[in-house]
Amino acid sequence: MKILVAIKRVVDPGVRVRPLADGSGMDIASAKMAMNPFCEIAVEEAIRLKEQGLASEVVVVSIGQQTVQDQLRSALALGADRALHITTESILEPLAIAKVLHALVQKEQPQLVLLGKQSIDGDHNQTGQMLAGLCGYPQGTFVSHIECKGDEVWVTRELDGGLQTLALKLPAVVTTDLRLNQPRYPTMPNIMKARQKPLVVIPLAELGLSLQPRLQTISIDAPKARQQGIKVNSVAELVDKLRQEAKVL
Amino acid sequence: MNTSKKVGALVLVELGASGFSLINLKVMGALARLGEFTSLEVDLLVAGKDCAAAAAMAARVPGIRQVLLADDDRCEHQLPETLAPWLAHLAQDYAYVCVGATTFGKNLLPRIAALMDLQPVTDVVAIESANEFKRPVYAGSALAHLRTEQSIKLLSIRASAFGEVALGESSAEVVAITPPPSQTISRFISQQQVQSERPELTAARVVVSGGRGMQAGENFQLLYQLADKLGAAVGASRAAVDAGFVPNDMQVGQTGKVVAPELYIAVGLSGAVQHLAGMRDSRVVVAINKDADAPIFQAADYGLVADLFEAVPELIELL
Ligand SMILES: Cc1cc2nc3c(=O)[nH]c(=O)nc-3n(C[C@H](O)[C@H](O)[C@H](O)COP(=O)(O)OP(=O)(O)OC[C@H]3O[C@@H](n4cnc5c(N)ncnc54)[C@H](O)[C@@H]3O)c2cc1C
Ligand SMILES: Nc1ncnc2c1ncn2[C@@H]1O[C@H](COP(=O)(O)O)[C@@H](O)[C@H]1O
Repeated sequence: MKILVAIKRVVDPGVRVRPLADGSGMDIASAKMAMNPFCEIAVEEAIRLKEQGLASEVVVVSIGQQTVQDQLRSALALGADRALHITTESILEPLAIAKVLHALVQKEQPQLVLLGKQSIDGDHNQTGQMLAGLCGYPQGTFVSHIECKGDEVWVTRELDGGLQTLALKLPAVVTTDLRLNQPRYPTMPNIMKARQKPLVVIPLAELGLSLQPRLQTISIDAPKARQQGIKVNSVAELVDKLRQEAKVL
Repeated sequence: MNTSKKVGALVLVELGASGFSLINLKVMGALARLGEFTSLEVDLLVAGKDCAAAAAMAARVPGIRQVLLADDDRCEHQLPETLAPWLAHLAQDYAYVCVGATTFGKNLLPRIAALMDLQPVTDVVAIESANEFKRPVYAGSALAHLRTEQSIKLLSIRASAFGEVALGESSAEVVAITPPPSQTISRFISQQQVQSERPELTAARVVVSGGRGMQAGENFQLLYQLADKLGAAVGASRAAVDAGFVPNDMQVGQTGKVVAPELYIAVGLSGAVQHLAGMRDSRVVVAINKDADAPIFQAADYGLVADLFEAVPELIELL
């Protein structure tokens, strides 16, 4: 079974980001970057499936500028076999990303496509579902457990009201949730070895897709700030404030 | 009020464990706001199995044109592989297709969108005009103001940002429609539905949340006692869920549930950006934490620097 994993480069989750004062975007030019945490979980799962002998090859793909190669190399250091970099300077919407991935699925014919459930910058939570739709594949979203069973993959999904298990016929698209696994760290020798692994660069234009944006960003602004609160000195004072001042009790 | 020609809006009704979910009334709240900019004719679609009662509830939503009902085996569990191609077809007749930004809506809407070659606007928290919307990005660190010229607008609605409409007594027409064709690529196996006596997290007037500071699952009993005094729902930070103290459906935050109660009490959680993303729009925030420098105090209206194992029992006592 071949697995394709889509990974995104995002601002490190530990960095506190703010919008630019003129509303034109986020102030992230010098921010520390990282692999989207949900994509790390997807890479980890793919590698585990390979280690268990259930997957034969793990291919990672990222769409973006030259710099996404840092994250592709990290994925190779973690154990992926080869990488594809689709180059573009544009920030693409989820529909466009899904179309690019769809083109790659047609080319690579993976049995399983793993994505993060959500990228922590745009917080879209769309790409996997869109890709599954375009491919006509079943989808397992927000997944916290994966089990391969013959020509199916059984997934446990984290829903608002509990957990759901579905059986998906392969080929399938699965998006990862936080509890799927705990990603490993790359080792020094593997980081060295990753430099030798194949990383193929494909200019986006070569895929011949039409990817006009459908949404126009008018501005990106800071949310309304919360008013500065106070510290109370005792539980009794807290209860009093909640009753008399905030009137919520 | 806008008097221009009416345009159609379709609401994809979410069915919860007990039928018609509250979220649908929040989606209607958002449509009421949208109605200030364009004159709407709203249909509600109920697709499921044994969902006639939910359809009857849906019919009591005031001001709607009709309820479309597909009550059929094929719609059971609302699998997106079954519903999306069918809904992509039905949606062609509408200018807006709306659903709650819940795991139900998040699972279904993007798949429909891709089949229609449309880019949805998800997690809508504000409606600025008939085609301008705001949605949070970067864990709510910013709000993106977006415009779309797409002729059909697919929207998912954040419950925390809109008021709910009240069900009326009169009843709109319920029209049975042909269910979608069956598919064989996905199959439902099982569901563990969480049963709770307490109010639902995203609908509660008061929410009490615990973090890693709770130290163990059994210590959440303290929070349940507090919650019962307040008629509150209980939430948790990711750390508490990851540590196995409580189930995943209690996670509040960027990648969990978003709540905006009248009162949010954060106990033994530090207030990471990812957590704040799920509760920063609460009206009054209380933080109980033994570390005076914990970031949660910056988001709290009332902060109490204390050991939770002393403060919470005392609080329960005083209420
Ligand atoms: C991709 C991604 C997504 C995430 N999504 C979410 C999300 O949706 N929701 C979420 O919550 N987090 C999320 N996180 C995690 C987030 O970054 C934090 O790690 C998490 O919120 C921390 O949980 P916590 O506050 O319970 O734990 P900690 O940060 O460890 O805080 C524990 C707090 O308890 C206090 N404490 C300890 N003992 C006591 C005591 N006896 N009395 C009083 N106070 C005490 C401590 O002072 C401390 O402030 C996400 C992270 C990533 C990377
Ligand atoms: N530029 C990209 N390159 C590769 N994969 C991406 C890209 N953008 C999004 N994805 C994938 O889609 C998932 C969900 O992203 P989103 O729908 O944007 O929240 C991510 O976790 C990735 O797996």
